[in-house]
Amino acid sequence: MSEQVNLTVNNNLLLVQLSGDWSIHQPAVDRGPITRVLDESVQIKKIVVDGQSLGKWDSALVSFLFQLTNLARKKSLILDHQSLPEGAVRMLSLATAVPKSTGSSRKHTHWSFVDRIGLRVVWIFREFLRFVDFLGESLFACHRFVLGKAVYRREDLLFFLQDAGPSSLGIVTLISVLIGMILAFVGAVQLEKFGASIYVANLVGLSMAREMAAMMTAIIMAGRTGAAYAAQLGSMQVNEEVDALKTMGISPMEFLVAPRMAALVLMMPLLTIYANLMGILGGGLVSVTMLDLSWSIYFQQISHSVPLVHFTIGLVKSVIFGVLVALSGCYMGMNSGRSATAVGAATTSAVVMGIVLIIVFDSLVTILTTVLDI
Amino acid sequence: MAKPESHIEVCDLTMKYGHKLIQQGLNFVVNRQDIFILMGGSGCGKSTLLKHMIGLYEPAEGQIMVNRESLWEVSSARRREMLQGFGVSYQAGALVSSLTLAENVGMPLELYTDLAPREIRELVELKLAMVGLSGFEDYYPSEISGGMLKRAALARAIALDPEVLFFDEPSAGLDPVSARLLDDLILELSASLNSTIVIVTHELASIFAIATNAVFLDAESKTMLACGHPKDLLDHCDNPKVQRFLRRGEMPVKQN
Ligand SMILES: Nc1ncnc2c1ncn2[C@@H]1O[C@H](COP(=O)(O)OP(=O)(O)OP(=O)(O)O)[C@@H](O)[C@H]1O
Ligand SMILES: [Mg+2]
Repeated sequence: MSEQVNLTVNNNLLLVQLSGDWSIHQPAVDRGPITRVLDESVQIKKIVVDGQSLGKWDSALVSFLFQLTNLARKKSLILDHQSLPEGAVRMLSLATAVPKSTGSSRKHTHWSFVDRIGLRVVWIFREFLRFVDFLGESLFACHRFVLGKAVYRREDLLFFLQDAGPSSLGIVTLISVLIGMILAFVGAVQLEKFGASIYVANLVGLSMAREMAAMMTAIIMAGRTGAAYAAQLGSMQVNEEVDALKTMGISPMEFLVAPRMAALVLMMPLLTIYANLMGILGGGLVSVTMLDLSWSIYFQQISHSVPLVHFTIGLVKSVIFGVLVALSGCYMGMNSGRSATAVGAATTSAVVMGIVLIIVFDSLVTILTTVLDI
Repeated sequence: MAKPESHIEVCDLTMKYGHKLIQQGLNFVVNRQDIFILMGGSGCGKSTLLKHMIGLYEPAEGQIMVNRESLWEVSSARRREMLQGFGVSYQAGALVSSLTLAENVGMPLELYTDLAPREIRELVELKLAMVGLSGFEDYYPSEISGGMLKRAALARAIALDPEVLFFDEPSAGLDPVSARLLDDLILELSASLNSTIVIVTHELASIFAIATNAVFLDAESKTMLACGHPKDLLDHCDNPKVQRFLRRGEMPVKQN
């Protein structure tokens, strides 16, 4: 028994004498003995709390009294007190003034393993339906955008164009040159063994044109612009800005999503052409310094051996990649929860979803073009 | 009545954001168990002053003394210790949006006490019950109303039984009845916790109902125009700006 609480049973009355200092900075007083006494002596009808020899006190005391009050209420006992500090009594009456709002407290239901699998499947299905919904709405918004009927701010569109295009040039340059160099390097080591170093040009040209330029640019944009879209739209959700737009009669899909999507779809092919150039330059750098090829032979070889159709395939893919990145960014942002963590989660999901969609789509295209022999 | 003991002193305070001067020459004393009001027009720097008083911003010039100890002339460890006795409820609530109400209120208890989770839970139940939010422990801030948010922020501010409680516009955006209830709640808390209270507010009703002292800031002259009990200011202060503020823009009739 703690020395701060002293219990005396007297017929149908339980006297609780409190003493000493009560502070939230020391371990709380155990209420176990009181519950035990109440359980053992069922004849008790009334509890009297006496605070005559109390020392310093703070919320720890009030919390104790509050829990005691709740206990007494549950067991329909009368609770009375004498010589308690006035402040504590006031705090207690404040706490008991508003009854616990029933029906508002949450049940923590525990689901079994099978239940959880089921719930997960239902959730995935719902999420999929939501995405399809979003896809439809954004198609509709883009349609109006193309027709010039969408309501949006030109300045926004210009800003997004600037952000997705020129502002991304630095990182696209860096990555493309490096990728071109890596391709040339890997190729050079193998091809030199056969005295076929000139084919490094074919290797670099072909892989950049068909795959690497579009794919690397798309992945950069997913990490850069897709994430930014999700974060922007998500925090607008948190601040109820999206709701405000709706009440002003402005469709968020037209006002927020369409310009972002348009900006990415316009800029992706341009960035891809640029990435192609940079990658081929990077490959050339390695070829000239390591393989004693001259720049003119390198470029000649590329223009002879890489038909334009490969560049076209790369460009077409880049447009689709732009759609995929913008879609995942905007979808995650618009469906973000209303908290700081939720916005963070939306941003992460946007990047992950963007990259997954890019790779999956690219594989499909590769299989398709192989089968069709393009 | 005992002689009032000073709790927080603001001495020759100048506040700036970068080079932008907000207020200068502020001098006043908040006594123990005062209910002290910071008032003035919108944008005059009340929230800024509050943030200086709670040690978020360092004064450009001048001192903030808490219990006769200057907040910015001590080590940062000592300062943190001094600030632990402060409870603050911000203008926008500022609850952590990814935590439930119980977790929000419990956070300071978890950080600054060694209590077991069950004991923290009980204290949280008490604090939420005191502000009339019993039963909403597991709600997220985005799922409750604006007035409930204000009260939840209040519950978090009183989690550690602070010596000084700061409120930035506690009743703004509430209906008159709820605003009145919140005033009563603040009065009740100050009486039961024996705390000093500093409030930023425009609500004339609250100002006259609960204040024991007040300071009036002016945006144009960038300094304080008056300091004293609001009723005294109303009767005796002859600065037209203060009069206009305290009378809702109506100028007093000249009596002599
Ligand atoms: N972080 C900041 N950086 C620069 N200037 C600021 C910053 N915060 C506020 N200000 C400026 O300081 C001045 C005072 O702002 P403050 O928020 O303190 O006003 P206030 O008196 O609380 O107004 P209100 O009653 O509307 O809340 C304003 O002119 C504002 O523009
Ligand atoms: Mg303010």
